[in-house]
Amino acid sequence: MTTATPTVAVGTQKTDGTPSTTAGRVRKRLNSRTATLISIIIAVFWTIPTFGLLISSLRPEDEIKTTGWWTAFTNPQFTLENYQQVLFGRSSSSGQLASYFINSLAITVPSVLFPLAFASLAAYALAWIKFRGRDWLYIAIFALQIVPLQMALVPLLKFFSTGVTVGGVTLMPAWDLVDEQKFAQVWFAHTCFALPFAVFLLHNFISQLPGDLMEAARVDGATHPKIFRTIVLPLIAPALAAFGIFQFLWVWNDLLVALIFAGGGNETAPLTVRLAEMAGTRGNEWQRLTAGAFVSIVVPLIVFLSLQRFFVRGLLAGSVKG
Amino acid sequence: MEFDFAEEQPKFLMLMYGLIAFVVVVGGLLLLLDVVPAWFARRREAQLVAASASGAPLPRRRRQGEGLFALFFLLPTLLLLTVGLVVPAIRTTLLSFMDAGSTNWVGLRNYGWMFSDDSIVRVLINTLIWVVLVPLIATGFGLIYAVLVDKARFEAVAKSLIFLPMAISFVGASIIWKFVYAYRGDGDQIGLLNQIVVSLGGEPKQWLLESPLNTLLLIVIMVWIQAGFAMVVLSAAIKAIPGDIVEAARLDGVSPWQMFWQITMPSIRPALIVVVVTLTIATLKVFDIVRTATNGNYDTSVIASEMYNQAFRYGQNGQGSALAVFLFLLVIPVVIYQIRNLRQQREG
Repeated sequence: MTTATPTVAVGTQKTDGTPSTTAGRVRKRLNSRTATLISIIIAVFWTIPTFGLLISSLRPEDEIKTTGWWTAFTNPQFTLENYQQVLFGRSSSSGQLASYFINSLAITVPSVLFPLAFASLAAYALAWIKFRGRDWLYIAIFALQIVPLQMALVPLLKFFSTGVTVGGVTLMPAWDLVDEQKFAQVWFAHTCFALPFAVFLLHNFISQLPGDLMEAARVDGATHPKIFRTIVLPLIAPALAAFGIFQFLWVWNDLLVALIFAGGGNETAPLTVRLAEMAGTRGNEWQRLTAGAFVSIVVPLIVFLSLQRFFVRGLLAGSVKG
Repeated sequence: MEFDFAEEQPKFLMLMYGLIAFVVVVGGLLLLLDVVPAWFARRREAQLVAASASGAPLPRRRRQGEGLFALFFLLPTLLLLTVGLVVPAIRTTLLSFMDAGSTNWVGLRNYGWMFSDDSIVRVLINTLIWVVLVPLIATGFGLIYAVLVDKARFEAVAKSLIFLPMAISFVGASIIWKFVYAYRGDGDQIGLLNQIVVSLGGEPKQWLLESPLNTLLLIVIMVWIQAGFAMVVLSAAIKAIPGDIVEAARLDGVSPWQMFWQITMPSIRPALIVVVVTLTIATLKVFDIVRTATNGNYDTSVIASEMYNQAFRYGQNGQGSALAVFLFLLVIPVVIYQIRNLRQQREG
């Protein structure tokens, strides 16, 4: 959270030691001890559920099902058996999460790359190439952000399963994908749904690049593709990272799109779909649910913690400038 | 018993196809944009040379290049948005006026059904409860916490703890909280909530089966995830309040409460509105939590989960589409409010 503070107020700390921001002063008057107590209570409330899950996932099955996880402190028994079972177990009830983990990976990587590339191209054109109707086009794409993806689900699924026919002429045949080929549908859907926000976020950054730079490059005879590749892309790397993380978290954690376009089998369904299914049909198999939930959490958590500052920057740019 | 890695190979192959497609499409597009103009430039140069050699007037430079470039830069985005979003949204609107199999027009019957069927009215009421409570509570917690830990010694760590749930999927979060709400009929409780109730002398309950309490318990999950977002944005806004304003107020001798209500709150009002609007829209579309925790049973269903059930489980395309359209209509006033606010801000 180190860079969540773009502009730290001027003169944050007076020489006499009294904090000069309003919040700091409120906190001080609120009696620093009470304030600390309240914030600790909130922090504990926010952390305990995850902590309990982690502890439980490491306890033997009998223990999880008969005693609360807090008893593990007085009677510690830990094992990795749950993870072994839920990841690699062969019986259909065990989870087979390793297989779904790979699906999540196969779904996520292209679903991040495609919108990233397409949106940065589009954002560049909207910001730096002069053509008629540019502003209207930008507003139209911007406005598409508010269309809930629920509005697109039924027709898009039909589009994949029956193709497009206008007046008896087949413009596009049905995709007829089987098994792992269905990944392509999910990539397609995620890319479409991500584009409005991606274009908006990247346009925010690209349009703020100095115009002199572009002008100079043009005078030197650089064409738009050349400017895009050699000047713009390196400069907006932080913005690309910000959107990349956003999209990664969104796709990895998504349930709805995967449920509809990937199907439920272990050939294509991602972790979230499998876990939601396990929570529904095996709601009391806590040894598997706890370990399984943690398997699905761990990747986004690593990405999030290591790239947090990009994420926060993107968050602030995307929401405050909006 | 062993995991068979060989079975997973087709997936990696497919992933590789995807990556190859990516390289071909994006690389191809850039190459095309590089090569074609270069070719035209060379031809023009040749023309110029030929023209100057023969003494003929120089050919006029054509100006359509710019627009053509823009078209190619925008082509993938426009194509995908049209096929994947615009056309489907229009079709959904049309489908909402048709019957379950999308063959006959039924007028407004699907919308009539929405407001007359008791179970769907319940869904609408639930959605309303979600939309009122989640933005309010999440923003409240976020604001209090941002103020409390501002300039505290462990600010970075303290904020990370609240922010972390944002990385967890709604599905994962639902499982985490289902475990908190877990119930056992006899013996020790394994769910934290029931343990607390029992240790206070109460009776353990199957929390997620008790309407309307279960909806509130699901709302807790959403608040738990979203408070971090509110906290980060508001914290940044608080830190951006100019120091001299605060200093002037301090010299005037205002009390901390006055300071909070008359300086902090007005200063962070734009950020506050953005947070509430963003959370409202996110809450309107909430699906994963309800689906994972209760599957919409026990009177907990909301519009988005009901839309999924109608369209994809019961095959009621018309009714599902009507719910989707209604969801869209609910988002519009929120967005208009947001835009008006932004405009006022710029003018003021």
